[in-house]
Amino acid sequence: MKLLIRGGLVVDPETKLNNISDILINNGRIEQVKNGIKADGAVEIDAKGKVVIPGLIDVHTHLREPGHEEEETIASGTRAAAHGGVTSVFCMPNTHPPLDNAPAVEFVLLKAQKEGIVNVFPIGCITKGSNGEELAEIGVLKKSGIIAISDDGNTVMNSQVMRRALEYTKMFDIPVISHCEDTALTKNGVMNEGYTSMVLGLRGIPTHSEDIIVSRDIMLAELSSGHLHIAHVSTKESVDLIRQAKKRKIKVTAETCPHYFSLTEEDVKKTNYDTNTKMKPPLRTREDVSAIIEGLKDGTIDCIATDHAPHTIEEKNKEYDLAPFGIIGLETLLSLVVTELVNKKVMTLSEAVSKMTINPARIFNLKDRGSLKKGNIADITIIDIKKNYVIRKEDFVSKSKNSPFVGRTLAGFVEKTIVGGEVVWPIKEETNR
Amino acid sequence: MPLKSKDLLGLEYLDKKEIELILDTARPFKDLFTRSIKKVPTLRGKTVVNLFYEPSTRTRTSFEIAAKRLSADLVNIAVSTSSVVKGESLIDTGKTFEAMKADFIVIRHSLAGAPAVLARNLNASIINAGDGFHEHPSQGLLDLFTIREKKKRIAGLKILLVGDILHSRVAKSNIWGLTKLGAEVRVVGPPTLIPYKIEELGVKVYYDIEKALEGVDVINILRIQLERQQESLFPSVHEYIELFQMNKERLKFAKPDALIMHPGPMNRGIEISSDVADSANAVINEQVTNGIAVRMAVLYLLSAKKR
Ligand SMILES: [Zn+2]
Ligand SMILES: [Zn+2]
Repeated sequence: MKLLIRGGLVVDPETKLNNISDILINNGRIEQVKNGIKADGAVEIDAKGKVVIPGLIDVHTHLREPGHEEEETIASGTRAAAHGGVTSVFCMPNTHPPLDNAPAVEFVLLKAQKEGIVNVFPIGCITKGSNGEELAEIGVLKKSGIIAISDDGNTVMNSQVMRRALEYTKMFDIPVISHCEDTALTKNGVMNEGYTSMVLGLRGIPTHSEDIIVSRDIMLAELSSGHLHIAHVSTKESVDLIRQAKKRKIKVTAETCPHYFSLTEEDVKKTNYDTNTKMKPPLRTREDVSAIIEGLKDGTIDCIATDHAPHTIEEKNKEYDLAPFGIIGLETLLSLVVTELVNKKVMTLSEAVSKMTINPARIFNLKDRGSLKKGNIADITIIDIKKNYVIRKEDFVSKSKNSPFVGRTLAGFVEKTIVGGEVVWPIKEETNR
Repeated sequence: MPLKSKDLLGLEYLDKKEIELILDTARPFKDLFTRSIKKVPTLRGKTVVNLFYEPSTRTRTSFEIAAKRLSADLVNIAVSTSSVVKGESLIDTGKTFEAMKADFIVIRHSLAGAPAVLARNLNASIINAGDGFHEHPSQGLLDLFTIREKKKRIAGLKILLVGDILHSRVAKSNIWGLTKLGAEVRVVGPPTLIPYKIEELGVKVYYDIEKALEGVDVINILRIQLERQQESLFPSVHEYIELFQMNKERLKFAKPDALIMHPGPMNRGIEISSDVADSANAVINEQVTNGIAVRMAVLYLLSAKKR
């Protein structure tokens, strides 16, 4: 089947494309990108006035299946992804049971194949049971289809185990993703430690709890020459540490999330203890936010990921201390990037898009994805960059609605999401797949 | 001039005028206590629910007497903290009382922000009777009332809070109220019990009690929670006494007529020596009396706020 996307402004950071073009898709791959393509019998999509970008790759998603299907499933999570213009999600292994064994990974892949509507790439555990003690069978996991390892949700607090993980993975060429949190320092904390936590009477999580592990893991990456990828960077000091490490040619990459450049700890106070401002790492100060933006601009931070962490209304509608950490993010990712970074002229659309397309593809060795190069798999997102719209709970297709952005007006509306040459958003009919 | 909010969540959210209004309103209520019939019909037909997730006989009884002297109906609900985590949600509990037509919910909770959660979800007036390490506004107000009564003013006074500032909602409410009314507030205690960034509230931080006491008009001594020792926040009770106990010797560094206050219950012989607790300068029992008058004023002013 042939698909022709006609007349859109094609923005592709990898091929440096930034002009009106047609895209011809044949058999799920990109066959041609140029103006005035003639293709008899192709189904046409009119993209005039719209922007066409490579499908987004989210390197940090929690799909919750298996184990917490009331929060999200592979079916609902991939629909949320499609709604947000995300064509590939990397799912974190802190499920129940965790993805520390091949059958668990195979279960996720099988489910994704049967019920998912975007690509799902599982991440395996670093350690058995994600308990930080013994390495998981990383080689076996790799064979079953994982693309990276992480104990996300937990930190590998034992430095020797972390060193071994970084060393051992060198033979597979996969990154070790670190959730940087010194758990002795974050114990009982629920928000950033500072003036606001003091005034609110909430226990604080100091920025140092992140910085210490970022610093340690960078040193271990140097020692082992393994590939360290730092998850959800939220502090000024972490950005500096990563910047210095990159200068010293240590193999380190990093991601941040939209909430770390669009919200601050003051939002906990402004919303009067709204638990949708509770996440880990916590929302930080304005100074940290500026540093994150600076890090995105100068390339210190490679990716923008969601850390999509669904929790039900019942779990979240509680006292601040009792609610779980985390917010959903797949459906607001692109719009927050457009609103906060592109429209505020922090970076160009192409630069911003690279953080969610070609950079993730390179870092995690995804072949044939992340750009609109001829021959690549046709994962494509079409957006109306000028359209402003209000984020509404009712519009989320994720099973969970825990977003602090509900009620905000954002720009950058996802019109269509195409995965492997097929339009998956808007969803036509549930029976079509 | 009424209060702006339907709820009393903390002194942070009240302006100077509102605080003064509450203190002024408490005055005639206190006069009522000297009469043989200490009751007025002001809140007849209104229902006050005392919802206590944390035991506190003092505060609960004080609100109970305040409500009864205003002729309101009162229900006491004690919820054990262990049942909080598993049982019915706070919001559902609050909605149940609202369905029973509660006009006021006085809530004490071990977690900061619990009253705010209720206030957001209910039409009833929510009165914070202490939430986690956040605020204890009625205690703050009764402390202000007591200071103003004894010293005839608050602006310009030097007031020292001693001890565990970190875990003290009383300290927080005192700081907001006192600074808004123009007092100079100092805090003293071991650095591990002084909250990060507290100076940004406009207070002076001391670690040396003798220096901190210099020239102060009021000393408010906070209760030390002995279990903090296990969290390594201070090494031993013995050392705490050595460094921070308010005793006769140390009192000499303050002004001779300095008021001695304590929110209670006291650990005699730990944060406060018995001779100081029983000295002529101590107004600890009057604080308790004033608490009732101030809480009556709060209920009265909030009842004027109709939803
Ligand atoms: Zn994490
Ligand atoms: Zn995560």
